[in-house]
Amino acid sequence: MKPAIFEHERMSSIDDVVQALANADGEVRVLGGGQSIGPMMNLRLAQPDKVLDLSRVEGLDGISEAGDRLSIGARVTHARIEDGEVPGTTGAYMQFVASGISYRSVRNRGTIGGSVAHADPAADWPTALLALGGEVKVVGSGGEKSIPLDGFQVGPFTTGLGWDEVLIGFDLPALGPNTKWGYYKVNRKPGEFADAIGAVIIGNEARAVCGATESAPFRVFDIEEKLSGGATELSVADAREILSGHDAGFDDYELQIHAVALSRAIGRAFA
Amino acid sequence: MSDLTININGEHVTANVEPRLSLADFIRDHQRLTGTHLGCEHGVCGACTVLMNGEPVRSCITFAVVADGTEITTIEGFDDDEPMAQLRQAFHENHALQCGYCTPGMLVAARDIVTRLPDADEDRVRLELAGNLCRCTGYVGIVKAILSVLEQRCS
Ligand SMILES: Cc1cc2nc3c(=O)[nH]c(=O)nc-3n(C[C@H](O)[C@H](O)[C@H](O)COP(=O)(O)OP(=O)(O)OC[C@H]3O[C@@H](n4cnc5c(N)ncnc54)[C@H](O)[C@@H]3O)c2cc1C
Ligand code: FES
Ligand code: FES
Repeated sequence: MKPAIFEHERMSSIDDVVQALANADGEVRVLGGGQSIGPMMNLRLAQPDKVLDLSRVEGLDGISEAGDRLSIGARVTHARIEDGEVPGTTGAYMQFVASGISYRSVRNRGTIGGSVAHADPAADWPTALLALGGEVKVVGSGGEKSIPLDGFQVGPFTTGLGWDEVLIGFDLPALGPNTKWGYYKVNRKPGEFADAIGAVIIGNEARAVCGATESAPFRVFDIEEKLSGGATELSVADAREILSGHDAGFDDYELQIHAVALSRAIGRAFA
Repeated sequence: MSDLTININGEHVTANVEPRLSLADFIRDHQRLTGTHLGCEHGVCGACTVLMNGEPVRSCITFAVVADGTEITTIEGFDDDEPMAQLRQAFHENHALQCGYCTPGMLVAARDIVTRLPDADEDRVRLELAGNLCRCTGYVGIVKAILSVLEQRCS
């Protein structure tokens, strides 16, 4: 249960990180809160040659609102979001999600950027943020760019982030006060990774996401259509029917818990 | 090897350590503060919980080098701490420990609950304790102890 030998480099700026990534020799990993890579290194599932520690890099901790957009830095911790630092309706939704992620002592270190970059299929932020929509902000050798959250995660532990890029934050919609949201995580113990997640947001547009799948979370357009058409509930049987039309590789039990998660998320949105 | 300066329990410590050394092993093996326990070493059981700049963290999945420049409080460092004194007494009175393996982490997590969530009820206390496993007590005594301290601190 001890990590393999690696080098640790403390980064002092984003430019530093980009340069270090560009000059990488061997496997180089960015270190966020260390709450996913730490366990993986202890178990030797990950054996990077070098880690680039983000903890002293400035400009990754911000939370700000401008008009109908919210900007959230990559290194904002789950605990800060749980404590309500993100304003408005988006903040209330994110607060709910954050409080169900792991335990306080993990939330104090784990970051939203690390979670999305890590792209564990069972993690909360990849699903929760896909339901919000918006963009991931990254910087690499080619400069800064934004990548839509739609399609950012392409598979288990796989995203659109290039090997020489670092995630610096998110550009998210500031939801209006009348926007409805619902999030339901199926797990056997509070704080555990999810077996299934349903996430819905019904505002100017309706978005419904099926998460904690075998691969990336996906939007369920048939459910979004129903919600846009004014539906305020969805039976588990209907959700099952719709989900079985998706090629998600669910067995009967998985189909059921994902249908339950979506049905209950909608129930919560209109409760 | 990396240089490291940490304040542990009020004492200034400098060291030169391997990057792969966990904060937990630094505390236990290098500083000989063996009150911090290791159970799972991958963030699940909570036995290794310590305070880093006043907030509970898992010392098994925090590298010692990452803790450079921070203030760490381990179970040995709460002698003059009022909530911890109240919790120790309450754990004693409510049979909140048996073998004691989970207890250091449990007390650090409990201190976080009574200071951060003064209005917590039983359900909330149980929810917050989800990250600290105890194989002996069945949690009943631990929950009672924490609730009794919450009550004391309210009045
Ligand atoms: C016991 C336990 C239970 C947990 N339960 C849950 C849960 O229920 N739900 C959940 O969602 N999560 C859970 N987690 C994971 C936790 O939320 C992590 O904090 C999170 O997944 C990773 O964030 P981090 O900042 O710690 O990233 P790290 O562990 O530091 O990094 C993870 C990966 O992302 C990369 N990375 C990190 N930051 C960046 C960046 N800025 N740019 C590019 N790449 C980056 C790293 O190179 C690494 O590959 C749990 C963790 C533990 C230990
Ligand atoms: S030893 Fe750190 S959480 Fe189990
Ligand atoms: S007292 Fe033995 S594990 Fe908790």
